[in-house]
Amino acid sequence: MPFEVRAGEDEVQHLVAALGRVALLLSFGLVVYALVGGSFAAYRRRRRLALSAQNALIAAFGTTLVAAAVLLIALARHDFSFVYVAQHTSRSLPLGYTLSAFWGGQEGSLLLWLVVLSGYAALAVWLNRRSRELIAWVVPVLGGVATFFAFMLCFVSSPFDKAPAPADGAGMVASLQNPYMLAHPPLLYLGYVGLTIPFAFGMGALLSRRTDERWIVATRRWTLAAWTFLGVGQLIGAHWAYVEIGWGGYYAWDPVENAALMPWLVATAFLHSVMIQEKRGMLKVWNMVLVALAFNLSILGTFLTRSGVVNSIHSFSQSSIGGWFLGFIVICVVFSVGLIYIRLPLLRARTKLESLVSREATFLYNNLLLVALALTILWGVMFPLLTQAVRGETRSVSKPYYDFFLHSFGLPLLLLMGIGPLVAWRRASLRALGKTFVIPAVAAVVTGVALIAVGLGTSTPGLLAYTFSAFVFASIVLEFVRGTRATGSLTRLVSRNRRRYGGYVVHASILLLAIGIAGSSAYQTIREKGLKPGQSMQVAGYTLTYRSLFNTQQSNSQTTSAIVDVYRGGSHISTLHPGKSFFPVEGDFGNDVAIYHDPRNLGDVFTIADEFDKNGTLFLKVLVKPLVNLVWAAGFLFVFGSLVAMWPDAVEQRRLAERYEPGTAAARV
Amino acid sequence: MAYALVLGAVLAVLVVLFVARPFLREPAPADDRLDEPGALEKRRLVLVEERDRALDALKELEFDHRTGKVSDDDYREQLGPLRRRAAETLRALEPRAEGRQERVSSSR
Repeated sequence: MPFEVRAGEDEVQHLVAALGRVALLLSFGLVVYALVGGSFAAYRRRRRLALSAQNALIAAFGTTLVAAAVLLIALARHDFSFVYVAQHTSRSLPLGYTLSAFWGGQEGSLLLWLVVLSGYAALAVWLNRRSRELIAWVVPVLGGVATFFAFMLCFVSSPFDKAPAPADGAGMVASLQNPYMLAHPPLLYLGYVGLTIPFAFGMGALLSRRTDERWIVATRRWTLAAWTFLGVGQLIGAHWAYVEIGWGGYYAWDPVENAALMPWLVATAFLHSVMIQEKRGMLKVWNMVLVALAFNLSILGTFLTRSGVVNSIHSFSQSSIGGWFLGFIVICVVFSVGLIYIRLPLLRARTKLESLVSREATFLYNNLLLVALALTILWGVMFPLLTQAVRGETRSVSKPYYDFFLHSFGLPLLLLMGIGPLVAWRRASLRALGKTFVIPAVAAVVTGVALIAVGLGTSTPGLLAYTFSAFVFASIVLEFVRGTRATGSLTRLVSRNRRRYGGYVVHASILLLAIGIAGSSAYQTIREKGLKPGQSMQVAGYTLTYRSLFNTQQSNSQTTSAIVDVYRGGSHISTLHPGKSFFPVEGDFGNDVAIYHDPRNLGDVFTIADEFDKNGTLFLKVLVKPLVNLVWAAGFLFVFGSLVAMWPDAVEQRRLAERYEPGTAAARV
Repeated sequence: MAYALVLGAVLAVLVVLFVARPFLREPAPADDRLDEPGALEKRRLVLVEERDRALDALKELEFDHRTGKVSDDDYREQLGPLRRRAAETLRALEPRAEGRQERVSSSR
């Protein structure tokens, strides 16, 4: 009987794996059909074929979901006959991490890309199904991108490869066994992939010669959603680095971190510049360039994350798919640049910038700074690859390079965030500017003088960041106060222009982020000391006393932790347990940092058990990081502001529906 | 393995039926052309976008004036041209019925 049960299990395993492969092959066939059939239908104006191609894209979501379900079932069942499951999980791994292995490896990540892309594509096509002449060209573009990922999954890097099952799997890299890893990669992918939708609509508009604002109207919420996911994903990734990597920081200009930052910066520029096209009919070429750049950078980001071509803390994902990605990036760049160039005559603006002192001009300056920052980061990321290719030796740029450009571009950007809302559209006179600038300027000067007076003028970037932040904060508050006065109520003010006031809330979150980053980097204190039980060390007004060690055992790891009492002004305020964990299956060590969140300065006392020696000495590293919790608080405000900006506006939707589909009652935007 | 083939085949048949649905629903349509906006409809769209921009600019000017970002002099100076532009686009849109008619006929 046991043999029969075993045989039955084997059959189920084969069945499941074969179903996964069949589902992926069907997805591949469907997206190829959407690409080829959709292109033919759009070019020859065939209605039924165009609808059929749309259906293929929607069906591809269903078949890809089946493939994803197969992989999830295999992971949950610890089916080590799947090479992917055996390589990325083990029996002792808790269920949450076991399922998160879906995106822990290359094949699963590619499958996640395809699931999200086909899901987004199906929804975007369905929502815009009445804009037939535009959607007819959007379908083949989406099909083309999906074809690449489906091809990779079917023929290059399949998650359904089988082999004789080992007794246990290889486990998961220790640093990935962290709750933040349950959310960080999927959110980043929701962001990366989300940028495909505005790209497809932008290219679809060019292909169909419909260069009116329809494509922008159809995609502005998609862009905002993708941008929000990318932003939150990065912040969660930063928090993962903060609590998991054990160096006390949250952003290290790591190439893979930069890979997510670049498309986010370009998408930020696009979200601003698209408003100028909507309000003034300008920057049509620039918006196409931005939407193409953001998409291509998102593919580059996936390439950098998955190929392992650059040294990174994410180097657990080394693989050999780099060449395929590089080829695809080249195709995408040539296609988008060529198409924009061919359609340049259709993208000419009829209006011109009236004044260099106007709201649209400040948006333009902000765009230039954002893109310049993204491109300098791109140069930093690509520099090691280029030096390797050209000179045969890998040379890389480090933190000072990035910090220089962050200060050079980031600080003016921060200031522009405060200036923009104070300036009128079209043109602003000096007298009006003088009136609106008084309060923010006074707030900035008072803040700067106060900081110098209390001895916090030691860091010039920190001082500038806080002074500018005061200016921005005052300008945001003024905008709400003056707007409320003008409309009679805050609710009416926000509901009449959710995008603008949601945007201001997002600006406030960026402000919190800037204050948090400046406080925790420019004014942090770091000390490291070897302590025997009973000994203490002083750090920035805190006293830390090491008491003893203790061991704990979890299903997937063994941990040795120290007991460290934290005192401030003689009063005991917390007991921390910094430690180190050993993961026996993986043969890997992980840091267990311990943090005391101090509500008085919104900062952290961050402790790392760097080393324990045989004599019982603990080498304790302590970082006091004032205001660092504002960085994480910024995330909540960022999401809130984005939701306000994204929230549907019934009046606006009716107006747009009447514009594009006269006679209809409801909008489909 | 046989089960896998059956399941895969069922999935494939469902997918093919869904993709072929437009052809199955209309095996011999009178018109299989994708509707394309005619010149008048395209012109209407341009005018509607311009009208919305002009009206939006008027609203922005009014709001910027009330919140103190635009001085009284600037407000008076900008109001006239913006009103004229809005009026021009509204006037140009008046014979829009022709555009609609054309779109309806081209989609049939």
